Amino acid sequence: MTPALSIDKLRVVYDDFIALKDVSLTVAQGESFGLVGESGSGKSTLLRAVAGLAPVSGGTIDVSGQRLGKSRDKAFYRQVQMVFQDPYGSLHPRQTVDRLLLEPLDIHGFADTEKRIQRALDEVGLGSGFRFRYSHQLSGGQRQRVAIARALILEPSILLLDEPTSALDASVQAEVLNLLEQVRRDRKLTFVMVSHDLGVITHMCERLMVMQGGEEIERLEAGDLATRNVAQDYTRNLLVASEGFVRDA
Amino acid sequence: MNTLLHVEDLRVSFPTRTGVVEAVRGVSFALGQERLGIVGESGSGKSQTGRAIMGLTPQQAEIKARRLEFSGIDLLKASPAERRALRGNRIAMILQDPKYSLDPVMTIGRQIVETLRTHEKVGKAEARERALDMLAAVQIRDPKRVYDLYPHEVSGGMGQRAMIAMMLIAGPELLIADEPTSALDVTVQLDILRILDRLVIDRGMGLVFISHDLRLVSTFCDRVIVMYAGKIIEELKASELSQAKHPYTQGLLNCMPKIGADRHPLPVLDRQPEWLL
Repeated sequence: MTPALSIDKLRVVYDDFIALKDVSLTVAQGESFGLVGESGSGKSTLLRAVAGLAPVSGGTIDVSGQRLGKSRDKAFYRQVQMVFQDPYGSLHPRQTVDRLLLEPLDIHGFADTEKRIQRALDEVGLGSGFRFRYSHQLSGGQRQRVAIARALILEPSILLLDEPTSALDASVQAEVLNLLEQVRRDRKLTFVMVSHDLGVITHMCERLMVMQGGEEIERLEAGDLATRNVAQDYTRNLLVASEGFVRDA
Repeated sequence: MNTLLHVEDLRVSFPTRTGVVEAVRGVSFALGQERLGIVGESGSGKSQTGRAIMGLTPQQAEIKARRLEFSGIDLLKASPAERRALRGNRIAMILQDPKYSLDPVMTIGRQIVETLRTHEKVGKAEARERALDMLAAVQIRDPKRVYDLYPHEVSGGMGQRAMIAMMLIAGPELLIADEPTSALDVTVQLDILRILDRLVIDRGMGLVFISHDLRLVSTFCDRVIVMYAGKIIEELKASELSQAKHPYTQGLLNCMPKIGADRHPLPVLDRQPEWLL
């Protein structure tokens, strides 16, 4: 089976700063793959490069067997959609939820917009009561649901998730993670998810890559973290840090 | 242990077009030389509690309390000038994101010196010396270099250390830290906590640690107050957090994904209307 996403020696350079150094990875169809690391590790850059939001200066990206060129066409965005970290920044402040959801449908020339918008809102657990609200009238969790609805409305097969819950409270995070798992199961989606939270990544992903300074440090199965089966000190430090504060005796 | 801060029945309310919003509804606690954690979701009133103690509540808001006392000073009766003299001197506050809370057009060194010279009569050379010492105390490796940098030239962790240095230079007795590490990476987070921890032990400072991160608070603080909708719903020893009685606290603990626990879907909070009472 052709992999959903196949990246080979991807390199992203900003002026003289190398944000991503020859990272390779393959994600099978229907798989959920995680990227973990601290700020500056290049994990978000990798997602953005796939989405066409970061300048690629070397390497190749294949989506479902199709080599991607310099620019992305409409068909690409039907297939790949992204959900961003901050729901306060990623929704247009002067558009109602209805407008927000209509725009991608319009661009791609969908006919039955009315039905699709309703279905998209139902799917993310927001009733039609939310349809004509502005984003400032919604809570953080509700906004992130709208962002997910917007990504799903084009029926993509791959979802790129850039820290989708790190701006949310723990209780809301659980609801959004459950929603993401639900839609992934229902639609057989492929996820590539970025997070700094090892707990979230092991919960959501089967395989993961630990990154630092734009490079791959280590590749693990979700179960490896639970059994502490890690080879690199960097990963071990992250694991220790995720358990909270330890007072030196 | 002598008590630094008394808070009894603190209420903060905001008049809005659609009626009065009560952000804090009757919060009471006392603080000595210890680490007190205040945990809650956004909108639970935890930050407004901290700001009321600091005297940073917006003007249109109304603050009421039976008692709001810091080392014998009635904070509600204190004049603006008296509050100003306390603020940054004996009570200091660390804010969440150094990107927004440091002055972008002033070097880090000048900001620290400004705080010091506002509260103490010291000469320029001595102020500089003390600012450099303070930067070294928060484990900035090259204080002389960082002294002359602007906030945008340093990383988040470094900026947060600079802010802690600024807050500590006047030697406060009470430090309110409002989500001091939420904008930082986990490993940097722990470095910052280690610095705060040492300061509490060495200087005998009282620390109010406001956070939404239950895991962090339970490992760092001595006592934890859990807030929901402007009220304290539970107070416990940090070490006994796992035996929390209130369903909200239990729910918060439960809903976090844990490494090694295979729970699909995650349990979610089932909010009960009676929690609001």
